[in-house]
Amino acid sequence: MKPSSLFIYSKNYQNYRFHDDHPFNQKRLELTLDLLQEMQIIQEDHIAEPRYATDEELSLVHDLQYIKAVKESGYSEELLPVASSYGLGTEDTPTFPMMHEATSLIVGGTLRATELVMSGECDHAVNLAGGLHHGLRGRASGFCVYNDCSVAIAYLRKHYDARVLYIDTDAHHGDGTQWSFYDDPDVLCLSLHETGKYLFPGTGSITERGDGQGYGYSVNVPLEPFTEDDSWLESYTSVVTQVARGFKPDVIVTQNGCDSHFLDPLTHLSCSMEIYRQIPKLAHQLAHELCGGRLIATGGGGYDIWRVVPRAWTLLWAELSDQPIFDNPILPSSWTSRWQSTSPVELPDRMFDQPERFPFIPRRAEITSKNKSTVEKALLYCPRG
Amino acid sequence: MLIEDIMNRNVVTVKPTDSIRLAMLVAAQQRIRHLPVLDENNKLVGILSDRDLRDACPSKFECEQNDEIYNRPVSEIMHRDVITAHPLDFVEEAAFSLYDNKIGCLPVIDQDELKGIITETDILHTLVELMGVQYPSSHVEVEVNDQPGMLADVAAVFKQTRSNVTSVLVFPGKHHGKKNLVFRVQTIDTRKIKTALEEAGYKVCWPQEPGGAI
Ligand SMILES: [Zn+2]
Ligand SMILES: [Zn+2]
Repeated sequence: MKPSSLFIYSKNYQNYRFHDDHPFNQKRLELTLDLLQEMQIIQEDHIAEPRYATDEELSLVHDLQYIKAVKESGYSEELLPVASSYGLGTEDTPTFPMMHEATSLIVGGTLRATELVMSGECDHAVNLAGGLHHGLRGRASGFCVYNDCSVAIAYLRKHYDARVLYIDTDAHHGDGTQWSFYDDPDVLCLSLHETGKYLFPGTGSITERGDGQGYGYSVNVPLEPFTEDDSWLESYTSVVTQVARGFKPDVIVTQNGCDSHFLDPLTHLSCSMEIYRQIPKLAHQLAHELCGGRLIATGGGGYDIWRVVPRAWTLLWAELSDQPIFDNPILPSSWTSRWQSTSPVELPDRMFDQPERFPFIPRRAEITSKNKSTVEKALLYCPRG
Repeated sequence: MLIEDIMNRNVVTVKPTDSIRLAMLVAAQQRIRHLPVLDENNKLVGILSDRDLRDACPSKFECEQNDEIYNRPVSEIMHRDVITAHPLDFVEEAAFSLYDNKIGCLPVIDQDELKGIITETDILHTLVELMGVQYPSSHVEVEVNDQPGMLADVAAVFKQTRSNVTSVLVFPGKHHGKKNLVFRVQTIDTRKIKTALEEAGYKVCWPQEPGGAI
C-alpha cells in the first residue's frame, strides 16, 4: 500500500547556514525530526532523500547571472563587488561556503516532493527545509537565496501543466512566489500574513491582485499586528475554502512558516499552537476534495526554534500522515531532556500552549473587526466557490 | 523630486471655440478628467474638468432634452483663472497647491508654453514610491525631541548597525515637543536596530511587543 505521506530529509540540509548568530537556523529540522521519532509518528520508510536542483530547473525562475553570482559567492573568501546588487553579503543574507549547493539541495527537496506526489507514489510530501518564499528572480532577500516554492510551481506548470494553488501562511508576505506568477492565471498565490505596513517585506496589500491575465489570481490577506487565533483562523478558513473551491486546482503547494506564534521574535502576531493544527487540516481536506489528494508542503519562517517550530511542524506531519493529534499530549520526556541543556529557554512540556501563557491583547475587538473587513475586500475579484 | 520628472507630457487639449459636445467626447475617449484650453497661439486660456462639463449639461431626468447646450463653445463654461505649476517646482509644492486649492490637476507652464500636466493620481503614485516599498523592507519608528540634528543622530545608529534605509518620513509627534521618524529598512530582522536605538537612548515606537497601542 502506498504511504499517505513522505518526509523529505537529509542531514546535509544543515549546510544552509549563514553563521552562528543568524536567526535562520536549520537546527530546527533536527529538533523536529527527533520529536517526530520520539512520538513514534514517523518511521524509516516515511523518509525520502532530497536531490539537487539543476541549473536548468533553477533558471525556470531565477536569472542566470544571479545563479552565477550565488555560485561564485559560495566559492570566494572575499565578498564579490557585485554581491550587494544581488542582495548577497547583507546582514540578512550573508554569503557562506557552498551556498549554491546548499540551497540547490533544498530546492531539489521540494522538487523531489513534487515528483513523488505527481507520480502517485504518495498523496502528500513534506519538505520542511523549503519554503524560501522571499527569494526573488535576481536577488536574495529575507534569508532566502533561491525560491524553492517558485521553482517547484514552475516545474509543475512545465512538466505536468497543472493548475497550482499556493497557500502561504508564513507571518511574512510570500512576495517572491507571488511576483514569479503575478500574471499567470494557472497559478493562484494566496498569502495570509501580518500587514506589510510594519513588517518585512512591506508588500502583500489587498490591492495586489495580479496583473493582466493573472488579475484576480493573487490573493492577499494582510492581518493586523497582535491578531489572535480566533480571528486568524476565521480569516484563513473563509478565504482558503472559498478560493480553493472557486479555483479548482490540480495540486496544492503550501508554505508552512510558523512565525505567527506569539513567541516568535521577528513578528507581531499573537497566535498559539492551535493554528498549526488547523492550517494543515483544512489544506489536507481540500487536497482530497479537489486534487485527488495531491499536496506538497514546505516549511518556511520560524525563529523560536526551541519552543515553537518543532511542535508546529510535528502537527503538520501528524495531520498529513493521518495521525492527527487531539487533546493536549505531554511531549516525550526523552525529547525534552535531550534538548533542554542546549536550549537557552525552557522547553514546553505539552503539545499545545497553556492559555494562561498568552499575552493580553487590549485592542482585540478592533483588530478582529478590521480583519473581517480585510477578508471581504481580499475576496472581491478572485475565483470563489 | 521635480515636477518635470513625473509630469505627463502628452497633454490632450481643446480650443475655446470647440463645442461642449466635442470636449465631452474627447474626455470620455481619452479617459481623462481635465482638459486644458489653448487659444490659436497655443496659450493656455482656461481649463475644464469633467465636473464642469457635467454641470453644464441638462440633467438626465429632465423630460424635455435641450440639446442646444451641447453645441455651445467651451469658452462659455471653462475656468479662466487657472492655477499652474512650473517644470522646476518641487513635487511637494505641487501637492500642496492641489490640496490647498482643492483642485485635481495642474497644467505645467514654462514661458507661456504648456509643457505637461500633473494630476493628483501622479502625485499619489510618487508619494507611494517615496515611502519606499520598492525594496523589501521593515518599518522602524522612533520618537525624538523636536530639535536640530536629531535625524542625523538617529541615522548614525542605523549606519552603525549596517542597515540600509530605503526611505525616511518625519511626522509631527503624538506628544508635545516631539517628532516621529519613520524609516523603511532593508532587513527582515529589526531586533539589532531596536536594541542599538534603545541603547543610544531613543524611544522606539515600532517594533513593539503586544500590550501597547498599534
Ligand atoms: Zn516569515
Ligand atoms: Zn491525506
